[in-house]
Amino acid sequence: MSEVLLKVPDAALERGRMMIERARWGATKFQKLDRAATMRIVNAVAAAAHAKAQTYAEWAVRETGMGVVADKRMKNEACSKGLVELYAQEDFVSPRIDAGRKIVELQRPAGVLFALIPVTNPVATIYFKTLLALMTRNAIILSPHPGAKACCADAARSLMEAAKVAGAPDGIIQVLEEPNIPLIEKLMSDERIDLVIATGGPSVVKASYRSGNPALGVGPGNAPVLVDDSADLKLAAKRIVQSKAFDNSILCTNESVVLAFSTIADSLLAAMKAEGAHICSPEETEKLRKLLFTEHGFNTAMIGKDASIIASAAGFAVPKAKILVTPVTLIQPEEKLVREKLCPVLGFARVTHIDQAISAARSMMRLSGQGHSAAIHSKNEVNIMGFAAALPALRLAVNVGCSLGASGYETNLGPAMTIGTGFAGGSALSENLTPHHLVQVARIAYNKASSEAFGNFAGLDPLHLPKAAKSPVILAASTSDVDELRRELRKIILEELNAVLAA
Amino acid sequence: MFDYGHFKFESKQALFDKAITYWNPDKTKFWQKAGIDLVIDRREGYCLYDMSGRRLIDLHLNGGTYNLGHRHPELVETLKGALDYFDMGNHWFPSVARAALAEQLITISPGMKYAVFAPGGAEAVDIAIKSARYATKRRKIVSIIKGYHGHSGLSVATGDDRFTKIFLADQPETFIQVPFNDIDAMEIALKGNDCAALIMETIPATYGFPMPKEGYLNACKALCEKYGAMYIADEVQTGLMRTGSMWGWQAYGIQPDIMVTAKGLSGGLYPISACLVNERTGQWLNEDGAAHISTSGGAELGCIVAHKVLEMLLRPETIANVHTVTEFFREGMQEMMQRHGDIFTGVRQRGVILGLEYNHPEGAVSVSRALYEHGIWAIFSSLDKRVLQWKPGVLLSAGMCQEILDRYDAAMPRARELLHAASKVN
Repeated sequence: MSEVLLKVPDAALERGRMMIERARWGATKFQKLDRAATMRIVNAVAAAAHAKAQTYAEWAVRETGMGVVADKRMKNEACSKGLVELYAQEDFVSPRIDAGRKIVELQRPAGVLFALIPVTNPVATIYFKTLLALMTRNAIILSPHPGAKACCADAARSLMEAAKVAGAPDGIIQVLEEPNIPLIEKLMSDERIDLVIATGGPSVVKASYRSGNPALGVGPGNAPVLVDDSADLKLAAKRIVQSKAFDNSILCTNESVVLAFSTIADSLLAAMKAEGAHICSPEETEKLRKLLFTEHGFNTAMIGKDASIIASAAGFAVPKAKILVTPVTLIQPEEKLVREKLCPVLGFARVTHIDQAISAARSMMRLSGQGHSAAIHSKNEVNIMGFAAALPALRLAVNVGCSLGASGYETNLGPAMTIGTGFAGGSALSENLTPHHLVQVARIAYNKASSEAFGNFAGLDPLHLPKAAKSPVILAASTSDVDELRRELRKIILEELNAVLAA
Repeated sequence: MFDYGHFKFESKQALFDKAITYWNPDKTKFWQKAGIDLVIDRREGYCLYDMSGRRLIDLHLNGGTYNLGHRHPELVETLKGALDYFDMGNHWFPSVARAALAEQLITISPGMKYAVFAPGGAEAVDIAIKSARYATKRRKIVSIIKGYHGHSGLSVATGDDRFTKIFLADQPETFIQVPFNDIDAMEIALKGNDCAALIMETIPATYGFPMPKEGYLNACKALCEKYGAMYIADEVQTGLMRTGSMWGWQAYGIQPDIMVTAKGLSGGLYPISACLVNERTGQWLNEDGAAHISTSGGAELGCIVAHKVLEMLLRPETIANVHTVTEFFREGMQEMMQRHGDIFTGVRQRGVILGLEYNHPEGAVSVSRALYEHGIWAIFSSLDKRVLQWKPGVLLSAGMCQEILDRYDAAMPRARELLHAASKVN
């Protein structure tokens, strides 16, 4: 076969546009479901997702070549049943009455969501965004990264099937089976999309903001982790190594560089070594620097790979290492190893005191990581608050691994696969994405004067309001027709008619 | 001034004058008398724009011609792409476009063997009748009183007196008509074992979409088998997903010997129709394939558009939309009947084919006018003016469906007023 002889429309784009209309219908109907019906769907979908956590963990690793099956399973479980349990007590459907402020709030879902799914955490993000959408009665179109399209499409189909069985309207979960960048950009910009939720690389996030639609995007991470002289070094080392090894550092909240007080740095390194970290020699460090950072930026082939694989690719063997620690002296963006690294390679630098730690952290975040995450291992509240206040990070995870701490699984931030990076990080979202971000409210606001009493809205549900009395039929009078007899006749007919209607 | 480049009109009135002088005085005046002063200018999606700029939502769709909307961008792009390469083609020769469309049609139409193309529904019906006569060697054709199959030589003879007598085109000896939904009358017509075919709109459109009674179509088909007549399904208005299935006969679970599709097959852009025949009725295509000829039948540009139309109709998104729009109007019209039951008394529905009934012999004329004044164009059934044809497109969006219902609701007081005035005249 050679070139196509006719110019033909882009059928994939046209189908995508039809998906938006289908989603709109779905959203329209979904908004007519009450909380019980909504939660039936949410629970069914969460159960289906949870049941296949292992299957899709394996599939995602197989398809993308990134991450660790056991860790992906854990995320899949947390982003299915875990998520539903977390929000079980919250109601994103029913009206809220605030008698004190004489305000009633009616829940208003966004409508049609367009969700970008990253290659790094594909199925967990499918689960996460879909369940958030369902809790808030939104329709969602899932747009997977082309590198993870098969596992994403299959996962989306299992969620759809479970939703359908639980009574979901048609079209509330859809997936682009054959995504590509131009297609995604065109669909994302379609004015019928109510909200874009962009998780992915900086280019795709920027594109989401350029789309002209409301968008919640997130910037890249590059988390510094400070270990001061008050920290429990053994615990800190364990947490850092585990966190850096978690899913091979594929979460954007993973630790990028350890900043260790020089007084405890050697002990910390020894403790990290005991936890399975390999401390690289200057030669090994240089090899890794060359391997990981090409002239086009980070070497994407190394994203989410095992430490041992990365080491052999760099030209040295450390078969049992969980992570590779690369000591550096310059903590400025021109040192490539202090940039974001979505792989188990961890920078390590010494600082003399908190002020130097702060300037070092600020320096490394200057290029990447603004508005994202940082961590600290410390018992010193002054250091903790000083570090948090001075850094352009919107979350500081304390005495916990940063991967699962900043992303909310092991803190009370709320588990999320979408980490808001705020104004500093080019995002409208400053928190970890929660259902609250996907629903707005219409407010019934009373005259605040005490002379005007607030209404009794208890038990009233906009979905099940008592039917208004049938309005009587009014036969229009024609202007020429005014004589008494006709008026009388009309009156009789009307009475008859209304009697029939009322019956 | 309306300057269309090729020609200009001073005003809308100037157009009316020219239309009366040169085109069709009666039709032009008829609509003016009916209060419908429509001259369709721009068109887009499911909307028409009058020369005055007024927007109307199209629920007439010319019998489903605009099933996918007016000038659907994907179809326009398809036709433009085809125009850079093809023209109508030469009907004598096999062609890539005709072969591809024929294969696609046969693939989606169980029991059918060949596709014969024509430029419009009437000619396709003629082909259907000729094929049935060829297969049975009989002449008589049975159709439904108030049925409608077009205006060409054979097709018009199956239809209403209004369209035959004026042209002396009625042929009562060979074209037999029986009442719809009357299976006994049907048996009487067929039992002489001398009928070539029964031709049947799966739901008679121009008659106001009366629904076939439970089992009626199946019984008709059984009688055809019993008495050796071919069953021709006229799917011009019921095909192409409008009943929720690709063909209406599939929705009713019958197997025709011949079927006809037209209107919407063209995408509203390039006229094309097709008569699909089964092995037996298509045997003439082996014996003498040039026995029927049509220069513009199966024009390649039309074939390419039709091919895209079918592909679009088969998408899961389209199928889902048909079901959703169906359900929306089922519920919505129930609600409207509850509110306006004094004049709006019944709904006939199969898929996105609806007939709305009013309790006045010409009720749909008044309602059509009231709707027109409220931004909706829906036409009454010419052969039963109690019934308004309500034909939502298969791709209608949620927002527009709600708008349609809101406009319908808003138009009802005006309809009531017009009906009241009409009753007084009577």
